Amino acid sequence: MPTAAREQIEALAERKYKYGFVTDIEADTAPKGLDESIIGFISAKKREPEWLLEWRLRAYRAWLTMEEPTWAKIHHPPIDYQDAYYYSAPKTAERPKSLDEVDPKLLETYQKLGIPLDEQKLLAGVAVDAVFDSVSVATTYKKKLEDVGIIFCSISDAVRDHPELVRKYLGSVVPYSDNFFATLNSAVFTDGTFVYVPPGVRSPMELSTYFRINAEKTGQFERTLIIADKGSYVSYLEGCTAPMRDENQLHAAVVELVALDDAEIKYSTVQNWYPGDEEGRGGIYNFVTKRGACRGRNSKISWTQVETGSAITWKYPSCILQGDNSVGEFFSVAITNNFQQADTGTKMIHLGRNTRSRIVSKGISAGHADNTYRGLVRIMPRAEGARNHTQCDSLLIGDKCGAHTVPYIESRNPTARVEHEATTSKIAEDQLFYARSRGLSDEEAVALIVNGFCREVLQQLPMEFAVEAQKLVGISLEGSVG
Amino acid sequence: MTVPAFIERFDAVTPRLAGGGADWLRRMREDGLSRFTRLGLPSRKAEAWKYTDLSALGGIDFALAAIEPDVAPHHLPEIPEFGGLRLVFVNDRFRPELSEVERLPPGVVVADLAGVLAGEGDFLADWLPRLAPPESHALAALNTAFLGDGLVVRLSRGVRLDRPIHLVSVGTARERPLAFHPRHLVLLEDGAAATLVETHVGQGDVSYFSNGVLEIGLGAGAELRHYKIQDEAPTAFHVATTALRMDDHARYEGFILHLGGRTVRNEVHAVIAGRGGEMALNGVTLADAERHVDNTVCVEHLAPGGRSRLLFKTVLGERARGVFQGRVLVDRAAQKTDAYQLSGALLLSPGAEMDGKPELEIYADDVKCGHGAAVGELDDQALFYLRSRGIDERAARRVLMEAFIGEALERVSLESVRERLAIMAGRRLESMGEGEER
Repeated sequence: MPTAAREQIEALAERKYKYGFVTDIEADTAPKGLDESIIGFISAKKREPEWLLEWRLRAYRAWLTMEEPTWAKIHHPPIDYQDAYYYSAPKTAERPKSLDEVDPKLLETYQKLGIPLDEQKLLAGVAVDAVFDSVSVATTYKKKLEDVGIIFCSISDAVRDHPELVRKYLGSVVPYSDNFFATLNSAVFTDGTFVYVPPGVRSPMELSTYFRINAEKTGQFERTLIIADKGSYVSYLEGCTAPMRDENQLHAAVVELVALDDAEIKYSTVQNWYPGDEEGRGGIYNFVTKRGACRGRNSKISWTQVETGSAITWKYPSCILQGDNSVGEFFSVAITNNFQQADTGTKMIHLGRNTRSRIVSKGISAGHADNTYRGLVRIMPRAEGARNHTQCDSLLIGDKCGAHTVPYIESRNPTARVEHEATTSKIAEDQLFYARSRGLSDEEAVALIVNGFCREVLQQLPMEFAVEAQKLVGISLEGSVG
Repeated sequence: MTVPAFIERFDAVTPRLAGGGADWLRRMREDGLSRFTRLGLPSRKAEAWKYTDLSALGGIDFALAAIEPDVAPHHLPEIPEFGGLRLVFVNDRFRPELSEVERLPPGVVVADLAGVLAGEGDFLADWLPRLAPPESHALAALNTAFLGDGLVVRLSRGVRLDRPIHLVSVGTARERPLAFHPRHLVLLEDGAAATLVETHVGQGDVSYFSNGVLEIGLGAGAELRHYKIQDEAPTAFHVATTALRMDDHARYEGFILHLGGRTVRNEVHAVIAGRGGEMALNGVTLADAERHVDNTVCVEHLAPGGRSRLLFKTVLGERARGVFQGRVLVDRAAQKTDAYQLSGALLLSPGAEMDGKPELEIYADDVKCGHGAAVGELDDQALFYLRSRGIDERAARRVLMEAFIGEALERVSLESVRERLAIMAGRRLESMGEGEER
């Protein structure tokens, strides 16, 4: 680093609380741009303790020294990080007042997915008054969870109510200096979910952002922290199948999972942010860091993702298999159409003995899209008897798209067994013909075949999610054939 | 950025290298030098060099072998006989007295590069820069700047040479570490066919750095069988870069057997530019001690109907490290491509490490592409099966290892070469087995 730059950074690091951000506290939106005063503003707004502000500032200072990664197979115009708002309260005034004001295309999609009217309003960002009863539903759920001792709340609430847990685990899986986007998130994260499952407790239901979403708008820099204490189990669902309305183009979320002895976390995602239009204009840039630590013996973390949205997806949900006999899983479907770009995969780091991991990745590319699987399987010397099996398949629809596979396999223990298989193909004409000759339209036939191709992954999803995800697969590929 | 000391003396040195003062060659060298000084020795930060560390090269004061006093080998190491033409190079200096280049049929040029440049070498002005490996390849650029002697093969249209051409490279350094940059060119015109065998051996405890570039151009329907044995001295750096370009329906069958070297990088860039080109590249790596052997292969399918097959088997003992990087690119135009790559590795000891990156980059939809990779130890059950039939552990392990590498060896289509390679590999396995008794 040139000395000038270093001096500048050191100077910044010295400069504390210069702007006296407390005065701005009544404002709903921080001024455009990013500096230490904005971070102070966010922290003050959320009435955070001193240690968290310090942590954010450390992250910010580290971020200033980092460069945006360029290794992924994605292209986008440079992002101006100063040309963005890093804190803004939900804008109620700008919301559509009824479904009549919502883009009819969006509504059509909701209908195809079979989403109930009330939920449609919620998802489209329509101001919901007394009509929607999810608040009461949420309250009922909350009661049930409290009874077994599960903490399920926003991360801001957790900072206030359970500071010892947050302080112990926040940044313990994804350190604040981990990578460019995670570091940015650590500096400016606004909200997210916190889950703690006490020892021996099996969560009585799937936890979902679904019934929390109307309470708080989670925003573009989401931070999620899930801890499964010894012998516990939890299944968490993130996102939803319906396309989400969002004005923010850049999303940089961080998800940290910690599984202690004999604990299991199942984390399912359906990501369907706005992918941009058919010409590739607009769309969300989704740069996400997700990582789980299997810290305890016999622990297990399982990631399932269905990625159909966003203009750019950059995401590698990973498992660090520290505990002996721990298990990591990654099941992924990534669909790109039109001008979407996805560079996604996983990392399985085997540290403990007899650790096992399984990767199943299905990439589907259509239109002018590029879809890349990028994965790392690393066996460290102590990982006696480790096992990995990776299967990654790509499907191309049309001759203007790309499908790429970039696996890294590193083995440093002779007793470990690592296997990797990958195929790339297109939908066979005879399969299409067969389906069409039975009266299915082109699009229905493609949806059917693609669903079959993804079945291994989709069946990992919780039931009600799986049904919607299947429909989503068809919808995402609309316009890709014929 | 580390750069070898000898590049400082570029102006003084190059007139004394192969080709002397030819203008076109000097321009080519200058271009190579400017590219190399810009790029520097590759560091592990570069994605293509993630798993192979050449920084040790920068710390050794290599002299340029071509301008140093001649180093006569103590005695020629055992060199396998394949019956046919033979060209022997000691470092990158051609040794006619050890070579056999007699009775060439019409339409066949088999000679040393310096000799050809001194005579009717103008066609090289056209060819040498044309097939060159990627612009961004620092070591190929270094080779271009200092290219020394090498092998030139040119077969006219339709000429089929039955006898194998055997290129023998003996690396040796006695007083001080030496670097040499041999440059080989193989051109088969339309419908021509040939077999090329490369043997790289070395001797002595002083390190040497062999930085070779081989360019192969195959015309329409041309066929080349290309077998390489790398058995360099235990202190040697062996970097070999092959650029292969194939026209319509050309066929290439390659095999590489790694037995020696300290740090080895064998890199192949194949471009299937014509329709229906078929290429296969297979290899066996047997490494122990602290050896590092890297096989990096890039296959670009640019035209429809091509087929490529890569199969690499690696057996690693002691603290050896193996690397396989395979990249198959299928261009939009290359419909009906059928490509498959497979890397298998056996780790025999806790200090060994295998790193792999079998990559696919695909832009055409009507293709069949796949890859596989597996790393593990010998199968316990298979071992048990053999032992329960009265075969002792050592023999049983040997049988399983031979079977493991046999899958790649059996793809060598020329029987005489296949048998020879199997014997050499078997001997090497035996010596590795001794160190790995449990």
